[in-house]
Amino acid sequence: MKAVELNNISLKYNEQYVLKDINLSIEEKDFMAIIGPNGGGKSTLLKIILGILTPDTGEVKVFGRKPKQAKDLVGYLPQNISFDPDFPINVYETVLTGRYHGLFKGYNQKDKQAVLNTLKDVEMHDLKDQQISRLSGGQMQRVFIARAIVRGPKLLLMDEPMASIDPEMQNSFYKLMSQLKNQMAIVLVSHDVGAVSTHVDKIACLNRKLYYHGSVENAANGLEEIYHCPIDLISHGIPHRVLREH
Amino acid sequence: MLEFFQYQFMQRALIAAVFVSFACGVVGSYVVIKRIVALSGAISHAAFGGVGLGYFLGVNPVLAAIPFSIISAIAIGGVKQKVKISEDTAIGILWSVGMALGVIFINLTPGYAPDLFSYLFGSILTVSNSDLYIMLILDLIIIVTVYLFRREFLSVSFDEEFSKVAGLPASLIYMLLLALVALSVVVLIKAVGVILIIALLTIPAAIAKQYTYRLGIMMLLSVGLGMLFTSVGLYISYLFNLASGATIVLVLGLAFLLSTLLKKDNW
Repeated sequence: MKAVELNNISLKYNEQYVLKDINLSIEEKDFMAIIGPNGGGKSTLLKIILGILTPDTGEVKVFGRKPKQAKDLVGYLPQNISFDPDFPINVYETVLTGRYHGLFKGYNQKDKQAVLNTLKDVEMHDLKDQQISRLSGGQMQRVFIARAIVRGPKLLLMDEPMASIDPEMQNSFYKLMSQLKNQMAIVLVSHDVGAVSTHVDKIACLNRKLYYHGSVENAANGLEEIYHCPIDLISHGIPHRVLREH
Repeated sequence: MLEFFQYQFMQRALIAAVFVSFACGVVGSYVVIKRIVALSGAISHAAFGGVGLGYFLGVNPVLAAIPFSIISAIAIGGVKQKVKISEDTAIGILWSVGMALGVIFINLTPGYAPDLFSYLFGSILTVSNSDLYIMLILDLIIIVTVYLFRREFLSVSFDEEFSKVAGLPASLIYMLLLALVALSVVVLIKAVGVILIIALLTIPAAIAKQYTYRLGIMMLLSVGLGMLFTSVGLYISYLFNLASGATIVLVLGLAFLLSTLLKKDNW
């Protein structure tokens, strides 16, 4: 079964197409990057998969179900989370909200253990009682990743996760991703190609339309198609290795 | 000082202060952390529209104001999803139009017109025993609702979008919270008035927030501070023969100023 199937998805906002005729499928253990310029519809596509936005046309299936019925299987790391820095919530409580079961249903022992285990996986267990704003950017990112995966999802959607990570932290981020990769499909949205390329299996290139979808190696071969898409891929040169040694 | 406590009206005023502080401390904590202070201000002024409608229809104005406020609170919570108006704009409109409706309804009501000023700052010294019972019921409704929905309120206040993803009916929870604000405002409007209620929903919680990062403690502190400052305000207004509602607001404002100055973190 495919993790995600998108057929002929289109969405307009204010008479303009944000997404047009998107056909995309994501397999169960894919590690895919969706790249493209800002405003190209990447966040919108994630929100459609999550079921918080409805497309104007087309069909979305997440593990064979409608997005709203697949909530338990999907984890989400939003792009930027604006909240009051003095908000009275700590690391543990933040991650716990990811285990929500429903109205009047409390968090049980399994939930609490899952939070502690996930905090250990992201190396934030020692800071579990820390109020949320007393963390560095990288630490906060790890808390929100923990919140996204604490439910043990089969699909993890991340919107611009690299935006608030320092270069030094990028390695530990990718280490974490390679651990998670064996347990779930991961879709990572980014406008920065160089940062993602060596670690992912597949790339999709999105700028309102889908210009390419497939392996990283072939992406380089299909350059003429991508030309329309993220111009900086070509013009800025590639400071990091795009293709693995081959 | 002892004679202060001997007057029956003052005893009722102090009991009212306790009930009001409880409601405002609990609901106000959410108002402050979710940053819906301006929205609550709009709801409270719109409630006045409901009061006017009540007079016009010849029913108990507070009872008429309940559905009127709750509906306008829910409408404002739902508006940003359906219509292209920013919540900020909707607040300005609701605030002024609601208030104006109240004034016009009262103008149109034949006979003796109520003292509009008492609806701005309340008339805590003239609360009756039945008013106190209604306030107590309000407090019970608040505590039950907050207890039942505490996980949802926290999640939605912190990150509404993620709450939706986690499976919460986030929009409904938000509207429930606004309905709770509307209910609190309406029940307390006769005792404390439209302006004072904004001060009571905001200031005790804002002070409490400076001293703790645990929401439960913040609520307790907020309720306690509300009781303290309302009583102090009542006493000062008694000593100097000043309008009680306005004096309470000034005491709250001064307390916030002092707290902010004294907390070294703020510098």
